Amino acid sequence: MYQRVALPLCPDEIKTLSAGDAVLLSGTLYTARDAAHKRLFSLLSDAPAGSPPAGWPLPAPCAIYYAGPCPAAPGEIIGPCGPTTSARMDVYTPALIDAGVTALIGKGPRSPAVLEALRGRAVYFAVTGGAGMLIQRSIKAVELIAFPELGTEAIRRFTVEDLPAIVACDSRGGNLYAR
Amino acid sequence: MRNIGSEAIRQAVRDACVEACCRLPEDVLSALRAARDAEQGPGRAVLEQLLENAALAGERMRPCCQDTGMAVVFVDLGQDVHIEGNLTEAVNAGVAAGYGEGYLRKSVVSALSRKNTGDNTPAILHLRLVEGDGLTIAVAPKGFGSENMSRLHMLTPAEGEAGILHAIVETVRQAGACACPPCVVGVGIGGTMEAAALLAKRQLLRPLGRPSADPALARIEREALAQINASGIGPMGLGGVTTALAVHVAETPTHIAGLPVAVNMQCHACRHAERRL
Repeated sequence: MYQRVALPLCPDEIKTLSAGDAVLLSGTLYTARDAAHKRLFSLLSDAPAGSPPAGWPLPAPCAIYYAGPCPAAPGEIIGPCGPTTSARMDVYTPALIDAGVTALIGKGPRSPAVLEALRGRAVYFAVTGGAGMLIQRSIKAVELIAFPELGTEAIRRFTVEDLPAIVACDSRGGNLYAR
Repeated sequence: MRNIGSEAIRQAVRDACVEACCRLPEDVLSALRAARDAEQGPGRAVLEQLLENAALAGERMRPCCQDTGMAVVFVDLGQDVHIEGNLTEAVNAGVAAGYGEGYLRKSVVSALSRKNTGDNTPAILHLRLVEGDGLTIAVAPKGFGSENMSRLHMLTPAEGEAGILHAIVETVRQAGACACPPCVVGVGIGGTMEAAALLAKRQLLRPLGRPSADPALARIEREALAQINASGIGPMGLGGVTTALAVHVAETPTHIAGLPVAVNMQCHACRHAERRL
């Protein structure tokens, strides 16, 4: 029932994944939510056109997970870490897709501008909001990458195995929330 | 006159913060189980995940959701109680201890600078003076996925009960998947702007799904729940028959010119824990 998908996405999968597909995500992703998005967006805005911004912390292609974890308790590598509402990131997302982000992971619907930006280039996955403990089980390694002063909102690189998700908005205009 | 020390209050708030974040109340779990049994397809899979998640959280005493919220603390203070020390400071110290020692997420920032206060304080403290010599503390950690989707509707008297129903159902419909459905919907009708909002929030503490004792309010609860669940939004917006687990409505007198209706959205993790001193 679940299709296994590796992160970052290969170009073929960007084209073939369809809204409604149940998937298990494995590989590398980067957490970023409100404050980190604001920082990333301002790095992009300050950079001269056509050149990668100084201090840009993300590889291309890459996957972004909208999440801010609880602190790790003794014996954990990270606390519970479910998704936050994606819609708050909508204003920044088209610019991040331009910068090489090919997978977005969060919860809830996206704006028409994001749906348009996804076309041919990226896929948006939804994971279950409020399932922080289940999602924690899929996180196998954690590394702090950028903006440590943002605390829970810092950018962290996660290695995940079999993170259950559903394709919510695909690269061909398919949108699970459009009903 | 009975003396209660601020250290006892601090400890009670600390423990209630951790318990509320890690252990979903039994009435919420049982509503989620009933919802799972009523669903098919992706909605059912979501509810199965949420129940497994809740069991894991309770077993390990770790938060069921990483958004451990702002700590909304309701204190009912008996008028025959003397508090040794500072009540507000004791509540905030309890929140800081619970969120720190419990490894809960510190999500509170200065509204303008967005700088984190570091210990999830200040608490949102609602103090009520009651008869007797007891002190009751209810801690309800409030996540902002759902709080952001809450609305205040200042209706006109002409809009009446139909307007109230429309305001409730439309708020939930617009919240859609963002409020982490299936939701609990707290509604406060009447009073002033802030009184309606606080009344709505207090409804989130009621035993889940127990109807209002007032037949007119119980009718609004029933009708609103039916319309909300006919929307088809479903668990996490993936479609289904359960968009809300319950609608709790309360009323208080208002002005001849007004009909305030506050709708406080609560995600499926309807968390609260109580302590009596």
